[in-house]
Amino acid sequence: MSFSAFRILAEALTGHGGWKPMWREPEPQARYDIVIIGGGGHGLATAYYLAKEHGLTNIAVVEKGWLGSGNIGRNTTIIRSNYMLPGNEPFYELSMRLWEGLEQDFNYNAMVSQRGVLNLCHSDAQRDAYVRRGNAMIMAGADAELLDTDGVRAMYPFLDFANARFPVKGGLLQRRGGTARHDAVAWGYARGADMRGVDILQNCEVTGFLIEDGQCNGVETTRGTIRAGKVASCAAGSSSRVLEKAGLRLPIESHVLQAFVSEGLKPVIDGVITFGAGHFYISQSDKGGLVFGGDIDGYNSYAQRGNLPVIEDVCEGGMALMPAIGRARLLRAWGGVMDMSMDGSPIIDRTPVNNLFINAGWCYGGFKATPASGWCYAHLLATGKPHPVAAQMRLDRFERGLAIDEKGAGPQPNLH
Amino acid sequence: MLIPHPLLGPRDAAEFTVMGDASLIDRPDPQSDDAARAFHDHVYLRDNPAGVHRELWFHEHGDRSWLVVTRNTLTHEILEVRLARDVALEHGR
Ligand SMILES: Cc1cc2nc3c(=O)[nH]c(=O)nc-3n(C[C@H](O)[C@H](O)[C@H](O)COP(=O)(O)OP(=O)(O)OC[C@H]3O[C@@H](n4cnc5c(N)ncnc54)[C@H](O)[C@@H]3O)c2cc1C
Repeated sequence: MSFSAFRILAEALTGHGGWKPMWREPEPQARYDIVIIGGGGHGLATAYYLAKEHGLTNIAVVEKGWLGSGNIGRNTTIIRSNYMLPGNEPFYELSMRLWEGLEQDFNYNAMVSQRGVLNLCHSDAQRDAYVRRGNAMIMAGADAELLDTDGVRAMYPFLDFANARFPVKGGLLQRRGGTARHDAVAWGYARGADMRGVDILQNCEVTGFLIEDGQCNGVETTRGTIRAGKVASCAAGSSSRVLEKAGLRLPIESHVLQAFVSEGLKPVIDGVITFGAGHFYISQSDKGGLVFGGDIDGYNSYAQRGNLPVIEDVCEGGMALMPAIGRARLLRAWGGVMDMSMDGSPIIDRTPVNNLFINAGWCYGGFKATPASGWCYAHLLATGKPHPVAAQMRLDRFERGLAIDEKGAGPQPNLH
Repeated sequence: MLIPHPLLGPRDAAEFTVMGDASLIDRPDPQSDDAARAFHDHVYLRDNPAGVHRELWFHEHGDRSWLVVTRNTLTHEILEVRLARDVALEHGR
C-alpha cells in the first residue's frame, strides 16, 4: 500500500475504509538470520536498510514494549550535521543526506523540515570556536554560515541581544538542519521493513543470550527462544542492561534527559535556536507548542522522569535568551533514558562475543543519527566491515586512546 | 531529590555535582602487571545498573564534602548516604 495525493483523494471519496495497518503482528519464528534488539529508530532503520539495501529479509526486530516507546518517541526532533571531529562529522552529514531523501525513499510523510539550526555565540572566543567548527563542517561537505549580530537580528528580532552578561554576538547557522516528526520516522521505517518481510515482534523482551563457545547463537525472550545467525543490540538507554546479559561492561552510563512543551502559540519561531551561554534550545512544533530542552539531570537514571532543578535551569536559560517566553505556559514535561558514552560519541561495532553486535552511546543526539546509524549498522551486519564514515565509532577506542570527544570533557558522561 | 547529608541534614540535590560510580574510589594498583587494563576498566567501564547504585556526589555549593550516595536508579529513592572519606578509609585507601 503506497501513499500518494491520489490515494488520499480516493480514500476521502470512499469513506477512508481502505487504510490498513502499517505492519503485521507476526508470531516469533524459531530462527532468523539477524535478530535486532530494540524497536526504536535505530533498530527499525537498521532492519529497513538491511532489507532494502542488502536484500536480507529473514530478520526480526524484537521490542520489549510497543514500537517507538523509547527515545524515538520522546526526543525534541532536531536534525543537524554540525559536528566538528573527523570521526563524527562525515557520519552526521551522511545522515543529513539520507534525511533529505527519506520520505521519497520509504514513501511515508516524516515531516522532515529543513528550517535551519542556529547556534548563538556570546563571546569572541565562542565565535572563533564556531568559525573552526563551521570550516570543519564545510570540509565534510555540510553547509555552515557565520552570522553577525545583525544577521541574527534579521531572523529573530525578539532575542535579548543586549543581555548584560550574554549579549548575542552572532551565530553559526546550518540552513539544511531542522526537525522531523519523530514517531513518523519510526513508523515509516517499520512499515518499510515489514513490507519487505521483516518481522517486528512487539512486547517481546530480550532476557538473555544463547552463547555457545564464545559465539552468540540467539536470544532468550519473553516470547520464547529465538535462534539467530547474528544478534544486533540497538537498545539505546538500556544497552548496558541488555549487554550485561552477554557478560559485557560498557563505557556507558544511563542518564535522564527532559523535554518541555508550552501551550500552542501562533507561529513565532520558524527554525531551531540554541543558546550558547547556557544549555537551552528551542523550536516550535507545527501544532504551535514551543518545544525546548537543555541539560541532562546529571545522575544515573532509568526512571524516564527527571527532577525540578533542571526544569528551573532550562527555563532560566529560556528567559535569558528570549524574555518573551515567560508569558507562555508550560504544558508538558517528560524524560527519556539516554546512553551517555565516555566521550559523548556513539559506538557501532562488533563485540568480543562472536556474532553479537553493538549500536549504542547515542547520548542526547541520536535522533538526527537515525538514518545513518541504520545505514552503517546494516552495512556492518551485512558485509562484516565497518562503513567508512562509522569506522572510528569503535567499542575499543578508549583502550586505544582514540576517543572522539567533541567537547574535550574527558571520561565523565554527565559533562558531554 | 533531597540528599540526607550525614553532617548537614537534608540538602537539595541541586547543591551537588554528581561525579559518577563510587567504584572510582577503588583506584587500581599502578604497579600491578595488568595495570594498563585495570586502569582502562576503572576509568572507562561502568556497571550502570538499573536498581541500587553507589555513586559519588560532591557538595559543591555546600560544605564541599564528597559523599557516597546509595540510590535506586529506577525510583530515585535514596537508601544510604555516607562521607566518601569513611568509605575510602574502609576500602584501605
Ligand atoms: C528528551 C529527549 C530529547 C532528545 N532530543 C533529541 C534531538 O533533538 N535530536 C537528536 O538528534 N536526538 C535527541 N535525543 C536523543 C534520541 O532520542 C536518542 O539518541 C535516540 O532516539 C536513540 O535511538 P533509538 O531511537 O533507537 O532509541 P529508543 O527509541 O530508545 O530504542 C531502544 C528500544 O530498545 C528497547 N529495549 C530496551 N531493552 C530491551 C530488551 N531487553 N528487549 C527488547 N527491547 C528492548 C526499548 O524498549 C526501546 O524501544 C533526545 C532524547 C531525549 C530523551
